[in-house]
Amino acid sequence: MDKLLEVKDLRISAYNDDAVEIPIVKGVNFDIYKGQVVALIGESGSGKTTISLASLAYTKPGLEIVGGEILLKGEDVLKASPLRQRELRGASVAYLAQSAAATFNPAITIGEQVTESAVLHGVLTQEQATKRAEALYHALELPNPDRIGYRYPHQVSGGQLQRLMAAMALCGKPDLMVLDEPTTALDVTTQIEVLKAFKKVIREEDAAAIYVTHDLAVVAQIADHIVVLYGGEVMEQGTADQIINHPTHAYTRRLMDAVRPTPEAGQGSDVGEEHFREIPAVTVNRMTAGYGRKPNGEPAVTVLRDINVNVKNGHVVGVIGESGCGKSTLARVMAGLLPPSKGELKLDGNGLNGDMSDRSLEELQKIQFVFQMADTALNPKQEIGEIIGRPLEFYHGLTGKEKHQKVVEILEMVELTPEFVSRYPMELSGGQKQRINLARSLAANPEVMLCDEVTSALDSIVGANVIKLLTALRDKTGVSFVFISHDLSTVSSFADEIVVLYAGRVVEQGPTDEVLTPPFHPYTRLLISSVPEMRLGWLEETMNKREMAVGISKGVEITAVGCPFFNRCPVAIAGTCDTKTAPARELNDGHQISCHLTIDQLEQSEAHAAAQVAKMQNEPTSPSAA
Amino acid sequence: MMTQMVLRRIGIGFVTLLVVSLIVFMGTSILPGDVAQIILGQSATEETLAVLRAELGLDQPGYVRYFSWLGNMVSGDLGTSKAGGASISSLIDSRLGNTMKMAGLVALISIPFSVSLGLYAAMHPGTWLDRSVTFMTLSTISVPEFFIATLLVLILAVELHWLPSTAYLSGNESGVQLLKALAMPILTLVIVVSAQMIRMTRAGILNVMSSPYIEMAILKGVPRRRIILRHALLNAIGPIVNVIALNLAYLVSGVVIVETIFAYPGLAKLMIDGVQTRDLPLVQACAMIFCGTYVILILIADVASILANPRLRHPK
Repeated sequence: MDKLLEVKDLRISAYNDDAVEIPIVKGVNFDIYKGQVVALIGESGSGKTTISLASLAYTKPGLEIVGGEILLKGEDVLKASPLRQRELRGASVAYLAQSAAATFNPAITIGEQVTESAVLHGVLTQEQATKRAEALYHALELPNPDRIGYRYPHQVSGGQLQRLMAAMALCGKPDLMVLDEPTTALDVTTQIEVLKAFKKVIREEDAAAIYVTHDLAVVAQIADHIVVLYGGEVMEQGTADQIINHPTHAYTRRLMDAVRPTPEAGQGSDVGEEHFREIPAVTVNRMTAGYGRKPNGEPAVTVLRDINVNVKNGHVVGVIGESGCGKSTLARVMAGLLPPSKGELKLDGNGLNGDMSDRSLEELQKIQFVFQMADTALNPKQEIGEIIGRPLEFYHGLTGKEKHQKVVEILEMVELTPEFVSRYPMELSGGQKQRINLARSLAANPEVMLCDEVTSALDSIVGANVIKLLTALRDKTGVSFVFISHDLSTVSSFADEIVVLYAGRVVEQGPTDEVLTPPFHPYTRLLISSVPEMRLGWLEETMNKREMAVGISKGVEITAVGCPFFNRCPVAIAGTCDTKTAPARELNDGHQISCHLTIDQLEQSEAHAAAQVAKMQNEPTSPSAA
Repeated sequence: MMTQMVLRRIGIGFVTLLVVSLIVFMGTSILPGDVAQIILGQSATEETLAVLRAELGLDQPGYVRYFSWLGNMVSGDLGTSKAGGASISSLIDSRLGNTMKMAGLVALISIPFSVSLGLYAAMHPGTWLDRSVTFMTLSTISVPEFFIATLLVLILAVELHWLPSTAYLSGNESGVQLLKALAMPILTLVIVVSAQMIRMTRAGILNVMSSPYIEMAILKGVPRRRIILRHALLNAIGPIVNVIALNLAYLVSGVVIVETIFAYPGLAKLMIDGVQTRDLPLVQACAMIFCGTYVILILIADVASILANPRLRHPK
């Protein structure tokens, strides 16, 4: 095999305000051969993105390549002239970023952006490039391949944009692709569809790739060779089989341990008796909510329909579902940020006003919201002491020494030292900021904390620590959590109960163990099967399962009548499921499945699944473009 | 959806104009003394004042006067000057032409000049040229315009004798004479309005330049020139158009100091004269023209930024 890229003793540094050199990448070596996918893995700060960008002779502002060579087909790209470097970018090495939504220019059509690089570098004429782009849209299984190029980025879905970015990278027939966390921001069902498309085109185009990620389960599906990075140094490297199945370095094993476990029953913790009370902390009863307002008082866009949820004292209720299903809206209704159009809310058994401005101080204090992005939720101009002190003053009237003492106490609860009082958010790491974000809500001494995707922006090790902290807080204070996430593994690892939302409706809810054991709602089944497992060959196996055949090819549609999952459901009954609202079927222990199929039928369909897999394997897969 | 937004924006423009007319009318009404007192001067007696007020319609209640004034103005009748007796339309006519002549010439020079200089500075951030542009624009923004005008007179007229120090128009100048007469006020105004437009163009582009899609364009090997003109400019158009509109409006209404220094017979100067003679109908008419210009120009800028937004132009 031919060596395509050689990275030799690569060293990259940052310079701080005092011009002191801070090494970021400390002498990294690895090779890429033709047709090979090499994964760079590590947590944030390991230098993996910096290294991958260096192969395009590019560094983020503030960084500087201080040594080493990167040979692309024998040519040192770092020593090339700026003009030559520009020629290499896009033509020889193409880059795919984490968030396609941010990397597509909102003001230019998709087609122009996809073909731009190939045409500019003179690889193809505009006509040829447009043709090739269309062929790639076909290969990536995008809808309406002949039309999608004329659309603007905001007119297509996130998963489609991510695949369009792959088309953009491949259009100029590069020798090497650099994929920087291309599926991290996606829902599991979308991730699987994108991974499948990537794998297929990489094979068909015989391209080589650098795949940057922190997710070992994803790496196991796509990489041939794995480089494990920590603190800008290579800890270990080898074939995918070696690293996944026989890791030798301690750090690799630590990474493995932080991999989110596959969602299984028996992980959720039970509530301590001491905090249990008969009356639920928060009750949501037959609630409908949405945005905008029609003249008849109904919302212009209904997001949630007929929701019934109880949050018991000291319980962790996990709310899961794909983006756009109404998870955050549910939290906003509970917090009083969005008054529901129908239904009632209760706090400790007493009626609770839907509008925050009509709630009493005590009611406000009892329900606290924790926002997803600590970066934007914390005022950058306030010291930590001020941020945490504010709710203490507002709800409990604490001032001066008393307040300071309580701030220190709360910092201890989130496992931070008293020195943090006088620091600013900017000086903190991502995980520390999220702790402060939690501490601020905690300072109000709430009964319920609404956590909206609080671990989603953190990498696995830091995220796992935050989950540990939440569990400890629950045990210590008896506070209830509504834990919103699109990540089933995280939710199932510590929630007592799970609420599965789909297109604004609860399709299944109940104790974690019950929800995660059959019978499942067909959507829960799809979600569980979509969570990548850390073993080679999982992707191919899963693609052949029957729920994948329909489930991942279609998107979420919010419907007013019938079951919203109808168009993606492998066991849907035409004429019933699309016209009538599914009845909520009660199982034991408050476990509830909303489906037209009876529990017996659902159980039978589980049994049929195995037979279906065999049948699917005999059928030809979807036709691919030349 | 877009048509709806544009129509709504135009509707808001009309409401704004109406509110402005009310404020202008009330503002001029609460000034002490009225036209009757000014016309009759010191020798006025209560009786003669009352007779004159009745004749001028000043004895009617405020809202009646407001609506008849508004109605007249909409039908194009700006009334007669209470001080000189001439029709206001004829007074304003020639002055408005002068103002538009100057504003047009300044816009013609300053807009292409500032947008391209701003783009150039954004294309080469941190270079000596960018730094000197930043320094120059900051200086001209901080220095009052009368200082720039005086400085120019001192250099170009007094020291070098290249240009006349006044821009008084008799109405029958030849093309070259006209240009020579207008050169200095135009130069002053170009300097004054360009600074803001250059800075906003540069800042708007640089702001967009830090977005991920620009980094993507760099990583696709797109030349810097194309990145700025094709990828960045489209997304920065909103704020740039708004600053241009504000400066154009300033050229119509805010140039009184420059007009005074160069003795240029423009509209702003007419308004000041109106204030001095307590000629309220004249002041009201001028104020309405100025406000109208602002409202319409900002309206155009807003509609332009609505049209430049692909999310609104191509809904899902």
